[in-house]
Amino acid sequence: MLAFALKRLALALLVALTVSIISFSLLRLSGDLAQALAGPSATAADVEAVRKAYGLDQPLWVQYLAWARQALHGDLGTSFFFKEPVAAMIAARLPVTMTLGVSALLFALLVALPLGILAALKPNSWVDRLALTLSVVGQALPSFWFALMLMILFGLKLRWLPISGTASWKSFVMPAIALGYYGMPTFMRLTRAGMMEVLASDYIRTARAKGLRAPAILLKHALRNAIVPVVAVAAVQLGFFLGGSIVIESVFALHGVGYLGWESISRADFPVVQAIVLVLALFYIVLTLLADLLNAFLDPRIRVG
Amino acid sequence: MIGEPILEVEGLDVVIPLLAGTLRPVRDLAFAVARGETFCIVGESGCGKSLTALALMNLLPRRARRSARRLRFAGTDLARLDERRMADLRGDRIAMIFQEPMTALNPAYTIGNQLEEAMLRHRRVSRAEARDRAIFLLEKVGITAASSRLRQYPHQLSGGLRQRVMIAMALMCGPELIIADEPTTALDVTIQAQILHLLAALQREFRMAVILITHDLGIVARVADRVAVMYAGQIVETGAVADIFARPMHPYTQGLLRCIPVPGRTRRGAHLGSIPGLVPSLMGELAGCGFRNRCVYASPPCAAGGIGLVPLSPQRAYRCLLPPRECAANAAAAAAP
Repeated sequence: MLAFALKRLALALLVALTVSIISFSLLRLSGDLAQALAGPSATAADVEAVRKAYGLDQPLWVQYLAWARQALHGDLGTSFFFKEPVAAMIAARLPVTMTLGVSALLFALLVALPLGILAALKPNSWVDRLALTLSVVGQALPSFWFALMLMILFGLKLRWLPISGTASWKSFVMPAIALGYYGMPTFMRLTRAGMMEVLASDYIRTARAKGLRAPAILLKHALRNAIVPVVAVAAVQLGFFLGGSIVIESVFALHGVGYLGWESISRADFPVVQAIVLVLALFYIVLTLLADLLNAFLDPRIRVG
Repeated sequence: MIGEPILEVEGLDVVIPLLAGTLRPVRDLAFAVARGETFCIVGESGCGKSLTALALMNLLPRRARRSARRLRFAGTDLARLDERRMADLRGDRIAMIFQEPMTALNPAYTIGNQLEEAMLRHRRVSRAEARDRAIFLLEKVGITAASSRLRQYPHQLSGGLRQRVMIAMALMCGPELIIADEPTTALDVTIQAQILHLLAALQREFRMAVILITHDLGIVARVADRVAVMYAGQIVETGAVADIFARPMHPYTQGLLRCIPVPGRTRRGAHLGSIPGLVPSLMGELAGCGFRNRCVYASPPCAAGGIGLVPLSPQRAYRCLLPPRECAANAAAAAAP
């Protein structure tokens, strides 16, 4: 297990290094930085002065090392637009995005797992058809439109939930449903397919031949094996929820990282965009590592050589 | 059959409704198994052997339906038992060993967990007691360092070891009847012999009845007390093992026996027998004899009506229109060099 974990960790670090290089290059490739920093009215001499002051005349690898050292110390540069440290800006927005992402994931799993299990137990039954319909609709609906429909129904007509802001947990209910519903079909189909495959396997027949009761067969013997791929995808999906929540964050005016990213792109605030790409990519890497370790925990064939 | 029967089967049918018609893989089966005896069901692939085993355990695939005039186990009517009560019997008084040891164990749990579970389900014992029983049985089935094996996962064991674990698992509650469905087919020949000896020894020690399902007449000759030969979902011949091997009556049994080389009798380089043709479709009703298309003695009457079992003695019966004397003559002619 330790060897496996170390191998995965080394791999994750390698990916993180690659991502940091890409993220660093983003800013350098987006045009002449010195020109952008000096402003449109700067003379050629000003631009050269800025280039010297920021170290932009150094070779790229020197610049990268300097940037990487700063990033490791938590300094992700300064926003062109707000003239504030980017790290602080992201840190202030992160809790909103995390809350949204995690609750969207929980919603998706809470709907998908029971539905997938029931559908697998009775293929072609009404539960199965309902599950299939829900998942097709979930994949076909544009999330912004679904979010607007939720707002009209629960926010305006029924007045159960606030339609924007982050005042209380209630503000996160609709965004989490809108975001989570988009990821639900993947989990549902994986659970259904996994359960159907496992339920037809020889060791389930062995469990029945032992006289075990249905709950023990289903939860202990079947679900444990069917859930392995779902865990892996759930971790990746959480990464997607964290990074891909731009639309939902803007519809519900949630000031999270996604919203910040979208604003920064339209303001050409490259240091912020660069930092967000880096931070979200690191989340992805950590989550994937976590999924690998969880998988190893669930499947002894990975864990014990 | 000598002694009190533990299992009595009469008129056992399995039907599987399909879009194209109704599959009838097991037709009107009747047999009985005595306490402590080994009863072999032999036949080629697709003749309904495995479905018979699953039907006895009520573990048939979802779409398959079972019906029986009589299905009694130690005085209990299995045909009328609901799934709850049947599950109480399974793994406790009737246990089953499957063909594929590689896939029959759950990859996610240790050997120990899966062994103990079989006992914890049926007996009021602590986990420690169940573990002691598991260690005792693993040693019985010839696994060394049993207590450390308990912590291993199925993928860490070879096929032969896994089948030994499966046998130990079947023995956890001390069953009165074990149904073994091709328990050695997936194993190396040397391991096959070991597993068969093991089963026979355990059977004597614990006085269990064993229903052994196999396509291998060599196995039948070594371990069986009595045999039923199945063909196209029916029993075509049944009797004591020595009697069947010495005087096979049904043309199919005679064909099967011709397929085995006998050291010292079969000439080197001589052609081994084979039975031409294929098993008939098991769709719908069978008109006449199921074997007639592959039978060298077939005549027009073989195609008409159902053909019943002809009893020769309380122990012995065969399903053929040929009179006993002619069957015996055919067998003698075929055996002549």
